[in-house]
Amino acid sequence: MALAKMKADTTEARLSGLSLPEGAAWANAARADAMDRVCRMGLPTKRDEYWKYTDPTTLTAPDAAEAALFHNDEGPLFDAVDRLKIVFVDGVFDAEASDDLAGEGIEIARLADAMSADIHWAKDLYGVLEARGQQPVERPLAALNTAMATDGVVIQATGKVGKPINLIYLHKDVRSDAVLHNLVKVEAGAEVTLLETGPAAARFSKQLEVEVADGGAFHHVRAQGRDHERRAVTHCFARIGAASTFKSFTLTFNGVLTRNECVLEIIGDEAVAHVAGACVGDGGDFHHDDTVFITHDAVNCESRQVFKKVLRNGATGVFQGKILVKEGAQKTDGYQISQSLLLDEDSQFLAKPELEIYADDVACSHGSTSGAIDEDALFYLRSRGVHPDEARTLLTLAFLAEALEEIDNEVLAEDLRDRLEGWLARHS
Amino acid sequence: MLEIKNLKVALEEEDKQILKGVDLSIEAGSVHAIMGPNGSGKSTLSYVLSGKDGYEVTEGAAALEGADLLDMEPEERAAAGLFLAFQYPVEIPGVGNMTFLRTAVNAQRKSRGEEELSAADFLKEVRAKAKSLKIDADMLKRPVNVGFSGGEKKRNEILQMAMLEPKMCVLDETDSGLDVDAMKLVAEGVNALRSEGRSFLVITHYQRLLDHIQPDFVHIMADGKIVKSGGPELALEVENNGYADILAEVA
Ligand SMILES: Nc1ncnc2c1ncn2[C@@H]1O[C@H](COP(=O)(O)OP(=O)(O)O)[C@@H](O)[C@H]1O
Ligand SMILES: [Mg+2]
Repeated sequence: MALAKMKADTTEARLSGLSLPEGAAWANAARADAMDRVCRMGLPTKRDEYWKYTDPTTLTAPDAAEAALFHNDEGPLFDAVDRLKIVFVDGVFDAEASDDLAGEGIEIARLADAMSADIHWAKDLYGVLEARGQQPVERPLAALNTAMATDGVVIQATGKVGKPINLIYLHKDVRSDAVLHNLVKVEAGAEVTLLETGPAAARFSKQLEVEVADGGAFHHVRAQGRDHERRAVTHCFARIGAASTFKSFTLTFNGVLTRNECVLEIIGDEAVAHVAGACVGDGGDFHHDDTVFITHDAVNCESRQVFKKVLRNGATGVFQGKILVKEGAQKTDGYQISQSLLLDEDSQFLAKPELEIYADDVACSHGSTSGAIDEDALFYLRSRGVHPDEARTLLTLAFLAEALEEIDNEVLAEDLRDRLEGWLARHS
Repeated sequence: MLEIKNLKVALEEEDKQILKGVDLSIEAGSVHAIMGPNGSGKSTLSYVLSGKDGYEVTEGAAALEGADLLDMEPEERAAAGLFLAFQYPVEIPGVGNMTFLRTAVNAQRKSRGEEELSAADFLKEVRAKAKSLKIDADMLKRPVNVGFSGGEKKRNEILQMAMLEPKMCVLDETDSGLDVDAMKLVAEGVNALRSEGRSFLVITHYQRLLDHIQPDFVHIMADGKIVKSGGPELALEVENNGYADILAEVA
């Protein structure tokens, strides 16, 4: 009973004063449905099983806590890559700073425009994958995002898209509380790369719904930026068709609270889905949570989860990863690894790997490890004249390398590797 | 070059004395060999010289060209010119062999106030030296020692030595796990580095490496001490009669 009361109070406090944004009839209906889901489920509390390792209180609080702006002297990420830039400042689209929303093999619109159009393809996707993703585990914060989001982009890839699309999330207001919702529809045989970069806001709720049709390919590389006090809860819901590819990689620096949920449903045979992530955190106020749920509902598919966390000075890392293989999803190849490198005894890694399998001809494996820097390797490097700080940085990068290798595009991977090297050098 | 005086070493974790007063003086340009039964403390001596954790020097001293080795960090000893070819080279997943070599070479140059080697010069040098040790491009690309055979690991140690050009080279059982051909390669690699200003301490269990690397002096170590020293003929004596005779003689 206490839990129900706590949930009800949390939900009521959060929703009081909120009113649903207005748009086209279909959009209003989608938002109202989402709000119904929120009310039915109630917002999460730290007593919820799914939030056992991560306290959602600051994510569900009526107001965002302040987050100081981090003055970053590094240039923009992926600047060497010819890309379509779409800029949001504290969660609001900035047309001035953005490129034209057009490109080869692609249709892009602002979410606000799509949601005020009477007829739009977004209708079949907006909140649809999120609603499906509420089973078997509830994700009320995603439903709240669907209900309240007014900005974001909707992207339809109709062919091989010429250049990556980079959503750049700038943070300028120390109190900003941003909600963004993006849709990506990859048509049959089409291919697109989505990049997301930046700290976004003091508190950021972001959702991405991705539909990959048969033979399509979706590549996703994201870097969650360096502001130390920022909070973020992100959801990625994807439905993956036959012989298609879904690859997502996230690198997270700093932040007091990051919860990245990734919910994939593989519905077509011969599909490949990879989700990977790396994070680096320094200090007792760093908390990073990767929560992944992959459902196999087709034959001969491969899924892969590779997560690496570097934690120091009391930082906390969380990994909850599940592979669900439905009846009939034979020949599933499911792999999951989560590892942490604990650079001191105060840091901690909490992992909950899960397999649930209802087909008999599958190969699924998972592993989770926590360890310190290998002292023998450290001594070996030092005996060759390498300073211990440099040696530790090298070994830490080596630890993260396996996750970075999940990125197909070497230029993007190299850029992230450089940033990591910089971060590690500053935090050695 | 290297002066070791009455060196006594115990384990840090347990109350166990391993080196019980080692004296050894190696002059510039000479090759000394240490032989001895397993467990006599040969590797411990090499680790203590290079600064590995876990050992406590309870008495004695070790100096490299007059500088107190025991007072330096491992990387400082390396910069001062000490090199240890490990009995068990360490595998480092995720760090490419080439990156490892370049990091080491440049770290040492930097600490000596020299400029870093340009990427092109470095590459040229590595390729030439790797070739003479029959180390192929693939082995240079792979993570350090990961998936290397025993022989490949040992050749990789010699490659590092050739790149770092140390003054004092300690080779700990570099011959173990090598077939005859690999041993020749390693010996040639070592002999190519022999010079007036460079000394070697070759630790080995068997005489056969010393057929290829001719030592100036041979020492027998037993139970943490050097119990007998002599010329190359001492190694032959071990080869012919084993350690038992020598140990009985000095007991
Ligand atoms: N770190 C250690 N922990 C426990 N025992 C050790 C350690 N290092 C060396 N020893 C012991 O010290 C003795 C000498 O070992 P070592 O130096 O490896 O001999 P060698 O190289 O001559 O075979 C052995 O009895 C060995 O078991
Ligand atoms: Mg030994």
